[in-house]
This record gives sequence, structure tokens and C-alpha cells, in this order.
Amino acid sequence: MMSKQQAVVAERDDAMPNGSGAAAILSAGIGAFLVASLAMLADKSASIKSMMNFYKPTGPLSGVTTTAILVWLGVWAVLEFRWRARAVPIGRVVAVALTLLALSLLLTFPPVGDLF
Amino acid sequence: MEITARGLWTMIHGMGFGALYLLACSGAIVELWRRYSPATHLPVSGEDETFLRIYLAVMTLLAWITVLTGAYVIYPWYRAAAPPGTVNLSGYPQRLLMSSPSTIGWHSIGMEWKEHVAWLVPISITMATVVFIKYGRNLRNHPRLRTAVVGFTLVSFLAAGIAGFFGAMLNKHAPVEGGRTIHLMRGE
Repeated sequence: MMSKQQAVVAERDDAMPNGSGAAAILSAGIGAFLVASLAMLADKSASIKSMMNFYKPTGPLSGVTTTAILVWLGVWAVLEFRWRARAVPIGRVVAVALTLLALSLLLTFPPVGDLF
Repeated sequence: MEITARGLWTMIHGMGFGALYLLACSGAIVELWRRYSPATHLPVSGEDETFLRIYLAVMTLLAWITVLTGAYVIYPWYRAAAPPGTVNLSGYPQRLLMSSPSTIGWHSIGMEWKEHVAWLVPISITMATVVFIKYGRNLRNHPRLRTAVVGFTLVSFLAAGIAGFFGAMLNKHAPVEGGRTIHLMRGE
């Protein structure tokens, strides 16, 4: 038997939409994928490599990661603003985010990244 | 018994922050998987929830400190260019590894993978922490959110493991050394 206080908490929790979580998950997938794809691009193109050289001692890694992090946080802020009070198709969002994350893991592995 | 300043920083980065993250990761995965499953009947108290929130926040902090010290403190020492004509490459780990066909792979595969894959760790765990802070025990009502949180935490564990493994192997074949020498203890 639930106490009145527990019932109130459960009711409030059930009413919490999934939009905010979905925004965080999808943007994290995008951020991870950006790290991998920007690293690959910097490896292929001399001009992108020099563009990514934000901090000389660290080299292009500094630009690749800084750009990916800024875009990730930007996408997260926009999605959070748009989805925070909504229920979104979470199955699709999670599938896309986990696919992007798995691709990031693969693409950062140099023998795979070099195939493109 | 001595250690150089660069050696000490490398140890703090890898055996301190990185290893601590890996240890903490397994605990977080078990807790998120076991306690927050929609099928479980284990009670979650407010104290349990607060504990995991703090635990994940500390892991997030560790992940960021690890990649930032790696990229901005140690990596510049690792990739330092040797002046032309340098014969002893021990102060230039990347050049040392690239100077032999038997060690070049540790740089071209090991370091190239490590330096990028490591960044998936703070991104993943920051997301997992924020989602847990927001939803807490309510994750039981959102099984797919929980799946994503556990999935990203697992990948962060794998990525940290890859980075840690290559970090250790790189440091074994071409240690990052130099700077001030610190005397730890006098031997007999």
C-alpha cells in the first residue's frame, strides 16, 4: 500500500516527459560522431588539419575536440529547449544515438578510418 | 628512487585519474543495470539516489580531468619535434616510436586511436550523469532512456579501457620523461 507522499512522488515521476533525456542522448551521439568524423577529415585534408590547429603544442587534436564539444553543447541546448516538455519517439532517438556512438568507436580506429 | 616531473604527470594522468575512472565505471554500470531496471523490485531510497548522483558527477569530473591533462599536458611532450640531427630520441617519444618499424604501430595505431577515442568517455559519461540527475529512480519508468544511459556508460568503459591500454603500452615503449627530477626515496 502506497503512502500519500509516495503516491504523489510516483505520479509526478510518471508525468516526467522523456524529451529532456532524449535531447541529452541524441546530442551525445552527435558529439561523439563529430569527434570521429572531424579527426578523419583532419587526417585526409591538409587545409582542415591546419584549420584545426587551435593550440600548436597539441596540434589538430585541439581543434577537432574543441569544435566537436562546442557543437555537441550547442545541439544539446537547442534540443533541450525544443524537447524538454515533450514526449519524443525515444526508441528511434536511442537507436540513432547508439548507432552514432558505435560508428564513432569504429571510425576512430585508424585502420577503419583510413578506408574512407 | 627518482621520477621526472613529466613521468609524474603521466602517472597522475593514467594511473591516477584514468585508472580511477575505470574502477568507478564498473560500479556505475552494475548499479544502473541492477537497481534501475524496470523489472527489479529492489527499493531505491533517496539516499541511494543521491549517492549515485554524486558518484556519477565525480566520474564525470575524473573523465574530463583525464582527457584534458592528456591532451594539454602530456600529449605536447609526447609529440614534441626533435631538432634536426638529434641522435638520442628518448626525450621525443613519438619520434622514437616512429624511428623503428617494430614500434611505429604503437604510434600510428595506438596513439592515433587513443587520442581520439578517449574523448568519447567524457561526452558519454556527462550525458549519463545529467540524465540520471534529472530522472533518478524515474528511469525505471523510461526503460529506453535507461538502456541508452547504460549503453553510453558501457562504451565509455570500453573507450577508457582502450585509451588506458595504449597509454600503458606507449609509455612502456617510449616513456614520456624529462623536466625536473624528483627524489622520492634513498635506496640502500
